[in-house]
Amino acid sequence: MTISIRSVEKQFARYPALRGVSLEVQPGELLALLGPSGSGKTTLLRIIAGLEFPEAGQVAFDDQDVTFASAAARKVGFVFQQYALFRHMTVAKNIAFGLDVRKAKDRPARAEINRRVEELLGLVELGGLGGRYPAQLSGGQRQRVALARALAVSPQVLLLDEPFGALDATVRKSLRKELRRIHNATGVTTIFVTHDQEEALDLADRVAILNQGSIEQVGTPQEVYDQPASAFVCSFVGETNRFDGAVSGGRFVCGSVSLAVDCADGPKTAFVRPHDLVVAPDGFEAQIVRVTAQGPVIQIEAHTASDQPIEISLSRQEAGSIAVGQTLRLAARKIHLFDPVD
Amino acid sequence: MSPRSSTQDPWWVKALVLSLVAVFLSLILVLPLVSVFAEALRQGLGPALEAMSTPDAIASIKLTLLTAAVAVPFNIVFGVAAAWAVAKHEFWGKSLLISLIDVPFSVSPVVAGLIYVLIFGSHGWFGSWLIDHNIKIIFAVPGIMLATLFVTFPFVARELIPLMQEQGVDEEEAAASMGAGGWTTLWRVTTPNIRWGLLYGVLLCNARAMGEFGAVSVVSGHIRGLTNTMPLHVEILYNEYDFVGAFSVAALLCLLSILTLILKGLLEMLQPQVRRAGH
Repeated sequence: MTISIRSVEKQFARYPALRGVSLEVQPGELLALLGPSGSGKTTLLRIIAGLEFPEAGQVAFDDQDVTFASAAARKVGFVFQQYALFRHMTVAKNIAFGLDVRKAKDRPARAEINRRVEELLGLVELGGLGGRYPAQLSGGQRQRVALARALAVSPQVLLLDEPFGALDATVRKSLRKELRRIHNATGVTTIFVTHDQEEALDLADRVAILNQGSIEQVGTPQEVYDQPASAFVCSFVGETNRFDGAVSGGRFVCGSVSLAVDCADGPKTAFVRPHDLVVAPDGFEAQIVRVTAQGPVIQIEAHTASDQPIEISLSRQEAGSIAVGQTLRLAARKIHLFDPVD
Repeated sequence: MSPRSSTQDPWWVKALVLSLVAVFLSLILVLPLVSVFAEALRQGLGPALEAMSTPDAIASIKLTLLTAAVAVPFNIVFGVAAAWAVAKHEFWGKSLLISLIDVPFSVSPVVAGLIYVLIFGSHGWFGSWLIDHNIKIIFAVPGIMLATLFVTFPFVARELIPLMQEQGVDEEEAAASMGAGGWTTLWRVTTPNIRWGLLYGVLLCNARAMGEFGAVSVVSGHIRGLTNTMPLHVEILYNEYDFVGAFSVAALLCLLSILTLILKGLLEMLQPQVRRAGH
């Protein structure tokens, strides 16, 4: 199902949470809403779910206007950050809830519901735990139950609000793979909210980056990483070194840092990713203050001659026998230039 | 010195605190309770039972039970509705409603009784209209009901509001997103989560409904066999120097309260899986 969000605006008290957001989500897509806290990403998700209603704009499912349709009428599956499992019901009852509450004429037979619950327990790899209560499960297991429960009603859209936010790093990684597998198995259009850029880039087909109630960029993980549309996207997605300076005569200069660019003169903010810095005999100078080897990559912290801290990632071959105190000469393979930002 | 954990206090601190608690509890709780039963049985079981089975005593017992039977269901309905509205929704005038719920706690019960006399008494606002239509509220059973409802008003709501606020609206939103309507959500999600708080509120409300003296005393008129509840009956017997009678009815009132506590314990035992799940 296609989800169209058109110029949606929402305010809380006098504080604008969303300022004219438009977004198109393709059928079967796995889309991430990425942004810092307070960027409006959860509000947008809740508006799609029908748990909040916008002051202006439109939400359409397959060209059918659902802007003010109730959550119950929208047939969306919603997974909450804190799971929101019904604590007085067993896991099986939780999963069956969406089917149990249907009107008698639409409700599947008991045996059919039980079969569906078993199938979903299998899908989230919790077979045999149907009789437990939520309090008897670990955080990761609870989130799997929440996922199974949301899928039980065969929703047209699956919405997840910071689904892995409350979990520790290992569980988070394995559940991420799990979600991808479940998405592939069910093919349901999925939108998830996260503030973790690594999670968004790793999991999503496309990423929508929000900042202060507006969408800054929508694109594939590679697009937002390689061709960031704004300074915010560039600094929020991935590691960067930031230089505030000016371009004149084909060179960007910021203190002792000087880089060749192809850009008109004027004040600019430049971003260079740590792995886009290369050793070059005619480059700017940087003195190494710390070296850490992380697998195949050597992470280097250094200071420029004008005392700005920078980070560099070099491959082991490139780095050679590097040591703290040495001075490197560096050039940039790739520079992202934007108009000055504060 | 033997090693001890950071939360382990010296023995004499423990002994001091525990004995303070023991002395306090015995003086304030146990001693009066024991003396009520001791005074009631001073002349043996026979006279005590006799005092409980006089027609006036039986009438007061019936009236007390009837009052509780009216006040408790009213409080359940009102309390759940008010707590649900306050804890799960945002609306204009919410803080005013919360303050109103607290009024019976802050107003003296005697004043509450007087307010009803002022409104419904023969010289009150609606007095002449009520006399014309032959409706008796003050110095009659309806007045006792009204006064009891007033003083027991906040018990269930006050018990539930913090509980429901703490539980938040996540589960309700989850239910809504799965297609459950408002009533279904209230019955199948909200109410089961509050049943222990509700039970506790009901017990408090029941105890107060049976034991209320001040407000009921003002509106009752003390007509024996008609408008005397058990606490009022105890007072009348005591003022007439019928100590065995007074303490016997008082003991019965205590027994009713103890019975509710036992009932609560039994209900909790019947629901073991809920406690195991941590709630």
